[in-house]
Amino acid sequence: MIRVEHLTKAYRRKVVVDDLSFSVGGGEAVALWGPNGAGKTTVIRCLLGLVGYEGLIEVGGLDVSTHSKSTRGLIGYVPQELGFYGDLTVAETLALSCDLRGLARSRIGEVIEAVSLEAESGKRVAELSGGMRQRLGMAVALLPDPPVLLLDEPTSSLDVTARRRMVSLLDSLRGPERVLVITSHRVEEVGMLVDRVLALDAGRLVHECPPGELTGRLNLESWLHVVLPSSQTAGALAHLTAAGYDAHENGHGVLVGVSPEDKVSALGCLREGDFEIMDFEVWR
Amino acid sequence: MTAAVGAPTVPRTFELRLVSVIARKVIREASRDRWFWLYCAGFAALAGAITVTAVPDQNLIGSGGFGRTAASLVALVQLVVPLMALTLGARYLAGERDSGTLVFLLCHPVSRTEVLLGTYVGLAGSMFAAVTTGFGAAGLFSALRSAPTDPVLLVSLAALSWLLSLAMLGIGLLISSTVRSASTALGMALFVWLSVVFLGDLGVMGTVVATRLPVSALFATVMVNPVEAFRLASVVALDGSLDALGPAGTYAVDRFGDGIANIALGVMAAWTVSAVGAAVLAFRRGDQT
Repeated sequence: MIRVEHLTKAYRRKVVVDDLSFSVGGGEAVALWGPNGAGKTTVIRCLLGLVGYEGLIEVGGLDVSTHSKSTRGLIGYVPQELGFYGDLTVAETLALSCDLRGLARSRIGEVIEAVSLEAESGKRVAELSGGMRQRLGMAVALLPDPPVLLLDEPTSSLDVTARRRMVSLLDSLRGPERVLVITSHRVEEVGMLVDRVLALDAGRLVHECPPGELTGRLNLESWLHVVLPSSQTAGALAHLTAAGYDAHENGHGVLVGVSPEDKVSALGCLREGDFEIMDFEVWR
Repeated sequence: MTAAVGAPTVPRTFELRLVSVIARKVIREASRDRWFWLYCAGFAALAGAITVTAVPDQNLIGSGGFGRTAASLVALVQLVVPLMALTLGARYLAGERDSGTLVFLLCHPVSRTEVLLGTYVGLAGSMFAAVTTGFGAAGLFSALRSAPTDPVLLVSLAALSWLLSLAMLGIGLLISSTVRSASTALGMALFVWLSVVFLGDLGVMGTVVATRLPVSALFATVMVNPVEAFRLASVVALDGSLDALGPAGTYAVDRFGDGIANIALGVMAAWTVSAVGAAVLAFRRGDQT
């Protein structure tokens, strides 16, 4: 469905995507993973034919450089930064999208329901929260029921609850005839949504693997922030350091460097030392 | 919603339907734009004021008195219409790029040519409404004061003003297609406005004095400016003497006779086609995000 060969994109003289090749078959969900500036969004914009590039991109067997209008007919796209006409209502925005795609407006109600925006359909876009705008972006992308969905950091501006809903919605969109390409810098999210991860760094493909192998391949480290009674912080720090952990004092507790697969052992170590764990969270 | 239901049909290369969809969107946006309404209200107020202030003199010069009002309207159009059209065109696409709505449009199966032409047609429709409002106000005030009015002349001048606005809109969109921010586009539009409205005249006069240009070259230099072409066509419509335009006017009458109006219209049309064509090329070539 998508074939990319030797894709290179430079803005002025700065190369942001460097000789990238990959393909995505029907029914597959793939993540473009990488830190900010890795070139993920640029790859998406090249796939859409929004920017010029060197190399070959085919979507649905059509060359994007010569058939960008046709290939965009196959793609639903949710951008990272959603630019909507603030004066239009949710329903008017979807109606404009229908008109631009030559679709019957009868689809509007269906997609509004799919993204749970029924109560907001008459609201102006300028009045919507970030989460609602993200859902509107999804609704616009889903209008043509496209075989290819490109989602650029689809959960970046969402709170925890909205993120969970979005992940659930994205999961429901998977199907044997649909391709999902998602950009993300969240390892745990990527693991929930895709079959394969393309890890980018400075525009180059550095790893291509199943999501479960990503953390190991990249030697990623998480930080476990453990909240303790202030009287126990110094003792806990010494205990963890003696056990070989990279631990530091931080606010009301300690910050422990852990591998993503081995977070529990640090907590176990503290429990064995009879320290009172009041709360904890994982930072990446 | 678990899987895509077949592939959507492949769209044609160029669709007038999409030009129309985008044009309607642009007109709707213009109708909600406070700057557009400010321009319309200002133009209508000034046109109305000119009509009112010109009325007392008209009694002195009889039924031909509307000529003075019309001449004043031409002077007003020379200043206001290029400013409106240039800034409207220049702000539009650059503003869409700034706000991210250009990506919203371009991620649909539309070509950049369709987006640009749709935008142009929509803005041209908005300018038609603005020009009609201005000349409508002039006609209305004239009728209310029972002053002599020449409806045919009024409509002719309105049509010429709209033609001028089409050329200026094209230049505005060319600016908008080549710069990355709305503020830069606005600055460039104001520079072009100053050039065609004020610096053009002064530059031509200075060049004539400095280089002692032959009158034919002077005429060509004057006619390159679409605002001057509008003025010339308007003077012809007013049935006035082109001598009022100086040596270039005298030369034009001697050399081209009645065909001068067609030349002026041709200049405005050429500016429109070449500016819109260049804007399409620039918009298609650039990275539009």
